[in-house]
Amino acid sequence: MAGEITDGFIQAFQLIVSGNPEVIRITILSLEISLTATFLSACIAIPLGAFLYYHDFRGKRVVINLIQTLYALPTVIAGLVLFLFISNQGPFGFLHLLYTAPGMVIAQMILVLPLVTGLTFAALSGIDPDMRQTITSLGATTLQSVRTLILEARFGILAAVILGFGRAISEVGAAMIIGGNIRGYTRVLTTAISLETSIGDFAFAIALGVILLGVAVIVNIGLNLVQSGSAWKSSFTS
Amino acid sequence: MIQADGLSKWYGEKEILREISFSVREKEIFGLIGPSGSGKSTLLRLLDLIEVPTGGSLTILGEDALDGDARFGLRRRLAMLSQKPVIFNRTVYDNIALGMRYRNESQATIGKRVGEALRDIGLPDYARRNARTLSGGEAQRVALARAMVTDPEVLFLDEPTANLDPHSVEKIEETILQLNRDAGTTVVVSTHDMLQGQRLAGRIGVVMEGRIPQIGTTVDIFHKPATKKIARFVQVDNIFSGAITENQAGEATVAVPGRSFSAVTPLGPGSRVSILFRAEDVTIGIDGTSRTSARNVYQGTIKRIIPSGPFVHVIIDCGIDITALITIRSAEDLELAPGKEVFASVKATAIHVLPES
Repeated sequence: MAGEITDGFIQAFQLIVSGNPEVIRITILSLEISLTATFLSACIAIPLGAFLYYHDFRGKRVVINLIQTLYALPTVIAGLVLFLFISNQGPFGFLHLLYTAPGMVIAQMILVLPLVTGLTFAALSGIDPDMRQTITSLGATTLQSVRTLILEARFGILAAVILGFGRAISEVGAAMIIGGNIRGYTRVLTTAISLETSIGDFAFAIALGVILLGVAVIVNIGLNLVQSGSAWKSSFTS
Repeated sequence: MIQADGLSKWYGEKEILREISFSVREKEIFGLIGPSGSGKSTLLRLLDLIEVPTGGSLTILGEDALDGDARFGLRRRLAMLSQKPVIFNRTVYDNIALGMRYRNESQATIGKRVGEALRDIGLPDYARRNARTLSGGEAQRVALARAMVTDPEVLFLDEPTANLDPHSVEKIEETILQLNRDAGTTVVVSTHDMLQGQRLAGRIGVVMEGRIPQIGTTVDIFHKPATKKIARFVQVDNIFSGAITENQAGEATVAVPGRSFSAVTPLGPGSRVSILFRAEDVTIGIDGTSRTSARNVYQGTIKRIIPSGPFVHVIIDCGIDITALITIRSAEDLELAPGKEVFASVKATAIHVLPES
């Protein structure tokens, strides 16, 4: 077994370095699906987070708590619920999203949306409340005011988006249920690793694992850069 | 220019401002002085249209400032500087440009005005600095520049120099006076510093416990405060209660337990009054035959001498404690020391008589 692992790593290295077309195809599809899901989520979640920050309504606390609870929504549950909606018998079956990449994008959005919405709200809430009054006093329209505040909270919001991407690219449960791991169509890094491991092709699994880990490291470095960037800039104020 | 009638503001069950009425004239600098928590900031937020009063009416620049449709347009003709400068996490340039960008001014105009404003506030080379790296005084000057560059018709300043270094205080006061003089901007400035009120403002409204009990020139308020509370706030050291015993053509004698004073008042005998006079209106002599024309001369013993910058407060026990304010040099020339016998004198015209209710 020890030899198998060593061999697996050596072969995995060769697969990556030689630019194995299957490895590349899976990696690109993974990035495409998760980046799309993250981008679309950010387009919805940032305005939604800003809306929650701007408007006081009854039950707002409950809504925030619910969103925060969804940070930890198990990915298989997200997959299962979406499956029930888009399977042929489901209310949205006519859209034929099951076992397609767009279906996987939707599944990942369900996971990313609460995270980015909640963290955007938190980032805005961390802004000095006097700033809102100052912006109003400077003659901003509501839209200008929202824009200024989002820009002010940009480091926190960017961190939220990066975290969201990390959640999307690393989840396997929803991708498996909704995508079905169809080679060339819906097979992504996590579902491929799962499959190759189960059939004993460790070299392939390790190669994909190393790539996934690499993406995770890049995400983490990005997050650190964003956070240290904002820390560096505010370290002079105290 | 600004006309407030019966303005009131409640936060929940708490009444912050009660029936405030006053007016601000075009191109004047109107001061609001009062202790912390008296409602000055709340009043300024109502005037800057950031908050809505609970009751009353408000007209600004000839428009009904409580009309929801007019407020946005009106707000763009006003500007405000708050006590704690709000600084955006961007460059100094972007901070100052913000109000002009909201108004869709051209890049050229913005660049020109920001440059001018940076020179005015004494930070000409700061445009590219991250504004979060500024000191408190520099940040407040940048906030002032940001408020100025939109060319407001009325500028509201809420304790603009509280806790700032002397250089920034001087620069900010200079900029405000210049703005008022050259651009004709009407200014409403709140402060708890009476000396600043005096340096900046022509007329002053005293804000106390959510009301404005007196409006007048600094001289009026310093020498003729309308209530004992105001007197204490503007540091009138000598406040005594008594009653008028006689009054001959306006020259009254006021009996205070332990002493009697000559003062000028139309109030008749029997009236319960307070008499107030400032410590700097009290002169100290070594003998009773001084050359002063003062009618009130009292012999007493020095109880304490309290230094106050280049001055000293001298508390003299004359049956009642009279406080005088003289220069350290005069105190040394007169060889004043606790226990020494002196004569305190105060002119009848320097005594302000307030009827007691």
